[in-house]
Amino acid sequence: MLQVIVFSPLIGFLLAGLFGRSLGAKGSEYVTTGLMMLAAVLSWVVFFSVAYSEVEPQTIQVMPWLNTGNLNVNWAFRVDTLTAVMLVVVNTVSSLVHMYSIGYMHHDPHRPRFFAYLSLFTFAMLMLVTSDNLLQMFFGWEGVGLASYLLIGFWYKKPAANAAAIKAFVVNRIGDFGFALGIFGLFALFGSVELSTIFANVPDYMNGGKDGEIVMNFLGYELDRASAITIVALLLFMGAMGKSAQFLLHTWLPDAMEGPTPVSALIHAATMVTAGVFLVARMSPVFEYSPTAMAFVTLVGATTAIFAASVGLVQNDIKRVIAYSTCSQLGYMFVALGVGAFGAGIFHLFTHAFFKALLFLGAGSVIHAVSDEQDMRRMGGLRSYIPKTYWLMVIGTIALTGFGIPGTYFGTAGFFSKDAIIESAYVGTNMFAGYGFAMLVLAALFTSFYSWRLIFMTFHGRPRGSADVMDHIHESPNVMLIPLYILAAGALFAGVVFYGDFLDYESVGLNEQWYNSFWRTSLFAGEGNTILSEFHAVPFIVKSAPFIMMVLGFVLAWWFYIRSPELPKRLARQHNGLYKFLLNKWYFDEIYDFLFVRPAKWLGRFLWKKGDGWFIDGFGPDGISARVNDITNRVTKLQSGYLYHYAFTMLLGVAALITWSMFGGAS
Amino acid sequence: MFDMPLLTIVTFLPLIGALMILPITMSEKEGEKEDSDLARRNVRNVALFTTLVTFLISLLIWIEFDNSVAGFQMVEKYEWIGPFMAYRLGVDGISMLFVILTTFLMPFAILASWENITKNIKQYMIAFLILETFMIGVFVSLDLMVFYIFFEAGLIPMFIIIGVWGGKRRVYASFKFFLYTLAGSVLMLLAIMAMYWNSGTTDISVLLTYDFPPEMQTWLWLAFFASLAVKLPMWPVHTWLPDAHVEAPTAGSVILAGVLLKMGGYGFLRFSVPMFPLATADFAPLIFGLSVIAIIYTSLVALMQEDIKKLIAYSSVAHMGFVTLGIFALNNYGIQGAIFQMLSHGLISGALFLCVGIIYDRMHTREIAAYGGVVNRMPNYAVVFMIFTLANVGLPGTSGFVGEFLILLGIFQTNTWAAVLATTGIILSAAYALWLYRRVILGPLVKESLKTLMDLTGREKLILYPLVVAVIFFGVYPTPIFDVTQASVDALLNNYQAAIERAATQVTGN
Repeated sequence: MLQVIVFSPLIGFLLAGLFGRSLGAKGSEYVTTGLMMLAAVLSWVVFFSVAYSEVEPQTIQVMPWLNTGNLNVNWAFRVDTLTAVMLVVVNTVSSLVHMYSIGYMHHDPHRPRFFAYLSLFTFAMLMLVTSDNLLQMFFGWEGVGLASYLLIGFWYKKPAANAAAIKAFVVNRIGDFGFALGIFGLFALFGSVELSTIFANVPDYMNGGKDGEIVMNFLGYELDRASAITIVALLLFMGAMGKSAQFLLHTWLPDAMEGPTPVSALIHAATMVTAGVFLVARMSPVFEYSPTAMAFVTLVGATTAIFAASVGLVQNDIKRVIAYSTCSQLGYMFVALGVGAFGAGIFHLFTHAFFKALLFLGAGSVIHAVSDEQDMRRMGGLRSYIPKTYWLMVIGTIALTGFGIPGTYFGTAGFFSKDAIIESAYVGTNMFAGYGFAMLVLAALFTSFYSWRLIFMTFHGRPRGSADVMDHIHESPNVMLIPLYILAAGALFAGVVFYGDFLDYESVGLNEQWYNSFWRTSLFAGEGNTILSEFHAVPFIVKSAPFIMMVLGFVLAWWFYIRSPELPKRLARQHNGLYKFLLNKWYFDEIYDFLFVRPAKWLGRFLWKKGDGWFIDGFGPDGISARVNDITNRVTKLQSGYLYHYAFTMLLGVAALITWSMFGGAS
Repeated sequence: MFDMPLLTIVTFLPLIGALMILPITMSEKEGEKEDSDLARRNVRNVALFTTLVTFLISLLIWIEFDNSVAGFQMVEKYEWIGPFMAYRLGVDGISMLFVILTTFLMPFAILASWENITKNIKQYMIAFLILETFMIGVFVSLDLMVFYIFFEAGLIPMFIIIGVWGGKRRVYASFKFFLYTLAGSVLMLLAIMAMYWNSGTTDISVLLTYDFPPEMQTWLWLAFFASLAVKLPMWPVHTWLPDAHVEAPTAGSVILAGVLLKMGGYGFLRFSVPMFPLATADFAPLIFGLSVIAIIYTSLVALMQEDIKKLIAYSSVAHMGFVTLGIFALNNYGIQGAIFQMLSHGLISGALFLCVGIIYDRMHTREIAAYGGVVNRMPNYAVVFMIFTLANVGLPGTSGFVGEFLILLGIFQTNTWAAVLATTGIILSAAYALWLYRRVILGPLVKESLKTLMDLTGREKLILYPLVVAVIFFGVYPTPIFDVTQASVDALLNNYQAAIERAATQVTGN
């Protein structure tokens, strides 16, 4: 069954990609979407049969890949609860996005190519989440990067799209650089890249050996066992930072919005960008042994959460607001992972997939309605024109802002997962947990503000679009709305339904280092990590902090954009520096351009013209041949053809010989 | 089943093809300047037929090959010039696949020259067929002198191919190519003579187990290094390669990048590592340094190139940097990776040069700025070029990944500095390769000159599609390659370790 799930998107890709022209646009759409639906249904079957049973993690071998020396890597699938959860997320969202795209891409002449790419992406993502070894995971990891590159640059005539596509790929590769080194490191330590082997060996490895024994020399540093694990974990996390657009490696994600909107929903909100979260969770048996790495994960997550949320406050492009929101929510997930609440992190990944895909596809529906306009300053008042989209967006927003009554089971999906993270951060013990808690609470305020700002600017107030646009405004067709309904159901109820399974900590976990009977061995809780039982017992003020922030954000947004709409402009003028700083995304692009892009180009040109041209060729072949020419020129001058020249030279030579034999040769 | 001297047949079959082309009269009437179409067709067909048959027969070598044997197989031996040199041929796991690579690429090279070579096509095809004989000879010879003759002789046809059928600066490029490689080879010849005087034989299989005195190893290693480093090429003796590639005709570039460069890496594996193990151990850090510089330096230079072929040439130098890194990691992963990388790069870079050739044939320029939006007119071409671009940046699932990954895995165990710095190559390669792709293929079609471009012809599809299949197949299922190389690589490493340990005990024993 798992083979069917993983390979149906591949088949869809090959059919639409190779035979797209003969299948036609309609044919390609139906084939790929149909195969995705099949995969999605089967994923839910797998989810219920794996997560709610006692089966051990299974490995399904497909075929050998890289086998040499001790390295034995096969194409193989690992099936456990974590995989099953990811399967459900990926395939559900992907099939809905496929369906939605039938409507959204209706006018595009390159639909077979689009659907082929979407399916290719899904295949790569599935290879990533089902992998039983790090190498196949890397295959999926780079594969989703490729699909993301292809889809961002889908409209290849747009220079901005092409630039964004390259940026996404290259920045991701910076992360992959770390990931690859992490894999080399793990192989050096454990002699294997298979997850089961590594996981089985980590505890013995950590407990074995003498104190201070050197196990690895990394860049001149001699590392003992604990430091080696930390280095490896940090390298792996670098990969996660790239893929999940975390602080410092986040710059590609907002630009990635150049791609078609369904792509943003699927890749840059629900699935690919969560791969980093998945990676850290998957490698929890390694990360749990490195408090330093865990603290670093918390730090980066918290910083990203607040950074991205702050930038999101002032953006005017509807998709960019949601993109920064995604970035920020990923930060939440990493904070959860960092404090050891892996279940909470994955739970947020799960719920976030629903409401963020809903928001993106809803935004797509808005963009579709207003003739591809993305600037919210030219929207406004759309509520009465596209009421269904409006209400769906509101559902997405209340889910994102975590609407719910603290202390009860009444709430949207985000309420359960996000509050669990904030509470976990509160009880977390690593050195950045407190920082994480503070940042996440503040980010909750920002989240609420920018989310409602988006709703108010887009749907409320006076219409600001041109008359022409307002005339053509229309609600989206059902093929686009049905996926939204399904996602909306998820955004509302995924939290309350799955809360217990994803988050409850049962006593069974204590004995066998099981997380709980839902996750079982797929997530690892280190010694003393009982955070999932502790976070239930936080003070009420902590529990209600996100709620207060959410209400405050709503009121502020209402005040700014409904009550007195001239206020934001005045504030922006008063605090022009801060406004520009946020609007320009903390000037990261400019700084990177200055620090890396220009120097690389300059260095490239310098090494080419000066290094190769002037130095190596100048003193090498060209220089030598020039010298040879010089010498031969001089030699030619000697051969003047005049007899008396030769006679004179001969005379000199004879004189010299005689002198030498008289003085030198004699003695 | 096969009692024939397979290696000799495969080596000299192309030469026979060349002899068959020789009597073809090019013009029907005496004194006519233009070659007749019929004659051209005959020449092309004979050349293609010869290379195809050579490839098919060379596959018999693979079939016959026993994967479990570490030493040389299918050995042929005839006395030649007294005791001094004998005609000895044989293959092992390290050399066998290079023979296949050569014979596999040749038909593509011939097909790539089908229409764009009009001048002196007879001489052109003869030069290529002779070149094939020499290249195969390099990989199958088991005698130092025979090896040297093939190794050097190969220069001549390539020199002629670049110098006669090349671009505007072909004379400069061909002389640069010739002088660089010749300068290195002279030292190699001296080393070969020294080896003979010391050991009394030029038999490679004997020399592999012969212990040269430690100081002598140093000199011999350096002499071989001079020649092999130029051939590969390593930084800083790489500057002939971009010029040679730019000026060479498409097929010349394919063979140059696909096969000739690999002779350098092959030489390290065949001579430097097993015959001079002590010097190898001493010089490994030097190689690491040069390789890492090559990877970063040439990747940066590639970023700024304005000529498509030059960019790919620089990227070749970077990829060869990975090869040397892998070889001198001196562990199973590094060496397996290096061999795989050489084979895979043979396919990928060959394919990339073929891709450039296809648009060059249409537009007669290699200037990146002259292109843009090619995808609008040539969608199939864009797909194929994309696949090879991705293979070039080492995307998992293509053959480019397997070699690079194994090399880095191997070098990480030997030297983490080298590993970390070399791994930056995966970032830089993505940058230059995708940027090239964007500037040539993507974007709107605005340039008037490009608006009449036609997509791939049947012949061009015939050239590129098999390479696409090969690049993906070996990326997903590289096992057949490792099966061939494993036994020989194991033996190579065991002998190397044994030699190092022997030297260590001798030192402590004294």
